[in-house]
Amino acid sequence: MHSYIPATSEDKRALLSSIGIEREEDAFGDLERAGALLEGPLDLPKGRSELEVSAIVRSASNLNKPGICFIGGGAQDHAVSSVTSAITSLPSFVTAYTPYQPEISQGVLQAIFEYQSIICTLTGMDVSNASLYDGPSSVVEAASLAISAKRKSSKIVVSPTILPQSMMCLNAWALGTGNTIQVLGEKDGRCDFSGLEGALDDSAAMLIVQSPNRYGLLESFDGLADRVHEKGSLLAIYSDALSLASLRSPAEWGADLAIGDTQSLGLGLGFGGPYCGYMASRQALMRKMPGRIIGQTEDSQGRRCFVLTLQAREQHIKRERATSNICSNEALCCLATAVQSAMLGPEGMKEAFSLSYHKAHWLYERLMALGLKSMDEGFWDEFPLVFESHKKARAFQKALGMKGILVGFPAEKESSMLMVAVTEKRTREDMEAFLQAAKEAL
Amino acid sequence: MEKLLNELSINGRRAYRFPDLDVEAHKAIDPSLLRQGSLDLPQMAEVDVVRHYARLSRLAYGVDDGFYPLGSCTMKYNPKLNEALSHLEGFTELHPLADAEHSQGSLKILYETVDMLCKVTGMDQGTLQPCAGAHGEYTGLKLIRAYHLRRNDSKRSVMLIPSSAHGTNPASASVNGFETVAVASDERGLVDLKDLESKLSDNVAGIMLTNPNTLGLFELDIRRIADMVHACGGLLYYDGANMNAIMGFGRPGDMGFDVMHLNLHKTFSTPHGGGGPGSGAVLVKQALAPFLPVPVAAKGLKGYSLDWDRPQSIGKVSGFWGNFLVIVRAYAYLLSMGSDGLREASAMATINANYMARCISAFFPIAYPGLCKHEFVLSLAAFKEETGCSALDVAKALLDKGYHPPTMYFPSLVHEALMIEPTETESRETLDGFIEALKCIHDKAYSNPEELHSSPATTVIGRPDEAEAAKRAKVNWL
Amino acid sequence: MSKVVEGLLYSEDHEWVSIEGDIATVGITDYAQDELGEVVYVELPQENSDFESGEEVSEIESVKADSAVYCPVSGTVIETNSELEAKPELINQDCYKAWIFRMRLSSQPEDLLDAKAYSEFLKTLK
Repeated sequence: MHSYIPATSEDKRALLSSIGIEREEDAFGDLERAGALLEGPLDLPKGRSELEVSAIVRSASNLNKPGICFIGGGAQDHAVSSVTSAITSLPSFVTAYTPYQPEISQGVLQAIFEYQSIICTLTGMDVSNASLYDGPSSVVEAASLAISAKRKSSKIVVSPTILPQSMMCLNAWALGTGNTIQVLGEKDGRCDFSGLEGALDDSAAMLIVQSPNRYGLLESFDGLADRVHEKGSLLAIYSDALSLASLRSPAEWGADLAIGDTQSLGLGLGFGGPYCGYMASRQALMRKMPGRIIGQTEDSQGRRCFVLTLQAREQHIKRERATSNICSNEALCCLATAVQSAMLGPEGMKEAFSLSYHKAHWLYERLMALGLKSMDEGFWDEFPLVFESHKKARAFQKALGMKGILVGFPAEKESSMLMVAVTEKRTREDMEAFLQAAKEAL
Repeated sequence: MEKLLNELSINGRRAYRFPDLDVEAHKAIDPSLLRQGSLDLPQMAEVDVVRHYARLSRLAYGVDDGFYPLGSCTMKYNPKLNEALSHLEGFTELHPLADAEHSQGSLKILYETVDMLCKVTGMDQGTLQPCAGAHGEYTGLKLIRAYHLRRNDSKRSVMLIPSSAHGTNPASASVNGFETVAVASDERGLVDLKDLESKLSDNVAGIMLTNPNTLGLFELDIRRIADMVHACGGLLYYDGANMNAIMGFGRPGDMGFDVMHLNLHKTFSTPHGGGGPGSGAVLVKQALAPFLPVPVAAKGLKGYSLDWDRPQSIGKVSGFWGNFLVIVRAYAYLLSMGSDGLREASAMATINANYMARCISAFFPIAYPGLCKHEFVLSLAAFKEETGCSALDVAKALLDKGYHPPTMYFPSLVHEALMIEPTETESRETLDGFIEALKCIHDKAYSNPEELHSSPATTVIGRPDEAEAAKRAKVNWL
Repeated sequence: MSKVVEGLLYSEDHEWVSIEGDIATVGITDYAQDELGEVVYVELPQENSDFESGEEVSEIESVKADSAVYCPVSGTVIETNSELEAKPELINQDCYKAWIFRMRLSSQPEDLLDAKAYSEFLKTLK
């Protein structure tokens, strides 16, 4: 007998006989005829009991040393409320499929509708979809959307200060499609917009920028939307979802599209995923949005209810005419973000923002006083430590790591920079331990 | 109906508090960078948040609530052990950019999961970065593109896709800049070799196949197809959506496939979460390995590490290393099942499907009769002619019987299709109960079709007005 | 049986065209609206933009389908039927009245069918 398979040998015999075959191998006679039948067992150990599996996986978990986390670079150690974890563990949410049958899926549909509303509030936009895979995938989907929205376009213009993982995803997206990526210049850790008008030629469909950017720095987009629109392009602004509690929203900057990740709002670290890409747009782009969207309607008796809507946009209907192929998204992560938002409320979110801000600057000032180098203090909760070489940065990281203090490189090959993030979860003691370890390392 | 969060909000309510600031405050941020408008989010007490979502969860239907025979979706039971293990703090509290010394356990799981999946599929290497099946297709097709470009073979712009394929396949090909060309199905429901022959040329980058296909039929000519496509310089992509049918019995790598994805949220039992997160592992033959996304989990003398030094890589397809906590669940599942358990799973998935097909064929015709694999398709076209009741009516009537309906109106080759996939985790009694319910609905259609048209009657809402939702889209509470 | 109106020209992509001087008015045929089902959205082309015959010019969505409208003639869009924005169902109610856009022709149309030829063409589809 095997775990999770209820059939007894008696059941199996009975089922086989009712379909008129003797041995289970005969049910795979088609593979045999096709010359595709595997001889011998798979090269894996035999099945194990719950106790054995649990011991193996727990020992792997114990090999990890999460330490006191000061790492940034696209994910940060923000608080996740116990309620968020409890709600996202409810079996009917966890084990449901995509809500294709609205009559028995109102719970999932309403929860995602509420998530969409929260994303619209944070970004200031009119329409949010029901999530994308993660932040970098929202960048890629934004690029696809723009190309399909503007006739005869083939170029995306992008700030050099988007996350390196977003840049790598964008370059991979362009590969073989005939679309190109043009990267603007960088000045003092921020995007240099002096070459903007030249870059936004007729072939350009969109400008993508990010704040807080890959270095944690805040960028001003004052007047940017007008310049972009003047050239017939769209503007997408990427932001950390929690940062929008207090920072100027993409809509307030005049953007057409707001994108980013909700990792900071209820998802935790999880060694990189699942996270949740968000995308919200102005009304005019609603029918160009990728992914699922939940809408409100009524049933035959006039009762309010929710359904998957605007499905004509999606891959299963558009097939080769689709501009996005996304179907599975990160629904359970939407739920986590919505629950976390309801738990924090507007004041709680602003508090998390402000605690992170003040603590990060407190640590920054003291690290600079030790002689370490960074960019400038115009950041929110994350800043880089800049070293002369990858090797020196690595030595510093190692020295701190020995004390259980974790800092990390950006998600790219051999950087000479370490990203330091300080969230509301870090205490003064944590930061003093960081400073002590840093002193010893220098 | 349940109120919306904003309707439950009361100004001044507060659920969560943080510690006081324990360091000196810094000067304020430049106000021009700050939000101008208010932040109108719900204000709630903790108990009200919990009850709201507890109520919503009762308005949802998961595998834990009952039978879910959704064809092509492999809605098998999601083991609780895997949930518990994915919540271990060693995994949930670890940052993806922690250095290798601090993340040996996670790296080991990434490495070993790829290794085990390669052994199940007969492939050589892989990546766990894609976050869903469609994301896996996107990644796999990028690898095919990179392979041809590397060989300076830039004219290969055509992706062949059988007419029975999931809509995702042509969409994935288009998103990757390929022109899609459909290959016809023959009267067996399999790839029409003559039609395939006529569409092969040196412009063909590859072919995407689901095997067994979306009709639940194994492609008998798969080796021939592989030879034909390879002979013209194309590659074979295996859409692993239906891998649950053949584990331990056949391996895509042995059939001639070059690249494939697996839906860990189907075959490897990770939960669907109401639509995600999933995981779309991509596995390749050696020839495509240099192009895999960076970084790749590696094992060396000093333990496990992430290898970024892959100059021919396509780059990245997601932010970090994939949906890691989903991967932990699949890893635990692979350990639990082992070589014998995976084989047994596919055997029982296939036997259950054939049993159901046999029983149901007594009253609803099977679109392509004969031995199927893990799923099969009913055609209700004649039934609709006779009773006026559609596949949709039958599906909605099943809701009243407490079941999640099968996949409707897919594949489009079959009129009034209902596609049933029982999986191996359902008992004979469950299957019999469903068959009985379906029979009862069938009979009702002849005696009282009106009742079917107006179903479901027992759910919290009746059929929603979908046209209204799409016309005057109201997509948030603002 | 789909309704075909005498005096109009038709494309094999199921658009109808009415030509007066160098101005063409374009909509979709009864066959097309019937295939689509209840129309929920019509994407109107940008005025003053140029399209070649055969190019995708607009999109029509129903609840479960999506169809491209291919430009049956070449020219410049001079007017769109904005009434369809709020009432896409007009296409279902009377598709030969619910025109989608008007174009100033850049060349005389070729390859269009008359009502009789289009009716014959429809017979080949079933």
